[in-house]
Amino acid sequence: MGLEFFSVSVDSHFVHKMWQEKELSKMVKGGVPFPMLSDGGGKIGSVYGVYDENAGVDMRGRFIIDPDGVIQAMEMLTPPVGRNVAELIRQVQAFQLVRKTKGAEATPSGWQPGRPTLKPGPDLVGKVWEVWTPDLAF
Amino acid sequence: MKKLEIGCGKPTGAKVGEPQKKDAPVEEKEAKEAVMVRAKVGAKAPDFQAPAFHKGKFVQVNLSDYLGKWMCVCFYPGDFTFV
Repeated sequence: MGLEFFSVSVDSHFVHKMWQEKELSKMVKGGVPFPMLSDGGGKIGSVYGVYDENAGVDMRGRFIIDPDGVIQAMEMLTPPVGRNVAELIRQVQAFQLVRKTKGAEATPSGWQPGRPTLKPGPDLVGKVWEVWTPDLAF
Repeated sequence: MKKLEIGCGKPTGAKVGEPQKKDAPVEEKEAKEAVMVRAKVGAKAPDFQAPAFHKGKFVQVNLSDYLGKWMCVCFYPGDFTFV
């Protein structure tokens, strides 16, 4: 899929090293393979709109950025609920398909690889029901 | 000592032993609101550089070094927390 992945928290890079060694390497063989960034003071989180000043931490925000540097998607959650990695993968595959077809194809609700895409254009106006049904969203 | 509340350390705005001034924390908050959120879906991402830990080494990561590739930036509250 060719995705460059980065995690970011306000913890220092020293704490990241310790967390990798003490816990993550026990959960994932060899530890996590991606760079763990340090956002001390929340400056990066602030421009991304995820920094919570009262708690002094970055919220659970996730941004998908395309090869041109444009943010294509973001998702934000409060701390107790974890993200869904399968959904992240699905979204990246959808955005990659749209980019590959230069916008000729779009992915409808619940799209998964292999399912039909839509070809937006004047011919499709009022005719989406002929090519897509809601059961395809699940 | 009082029970630990979740949150971060901050000055009360007063000097040690003096009563806390009511208006000082408000000034602090207004200065902070000057930071503009620049990340928007559909617009170019704000660039950043950050120290990082990767594959056993401490490195510097600049987001713009990865232009030309798909990127995913995941913020989270903290190491050693639960979720």
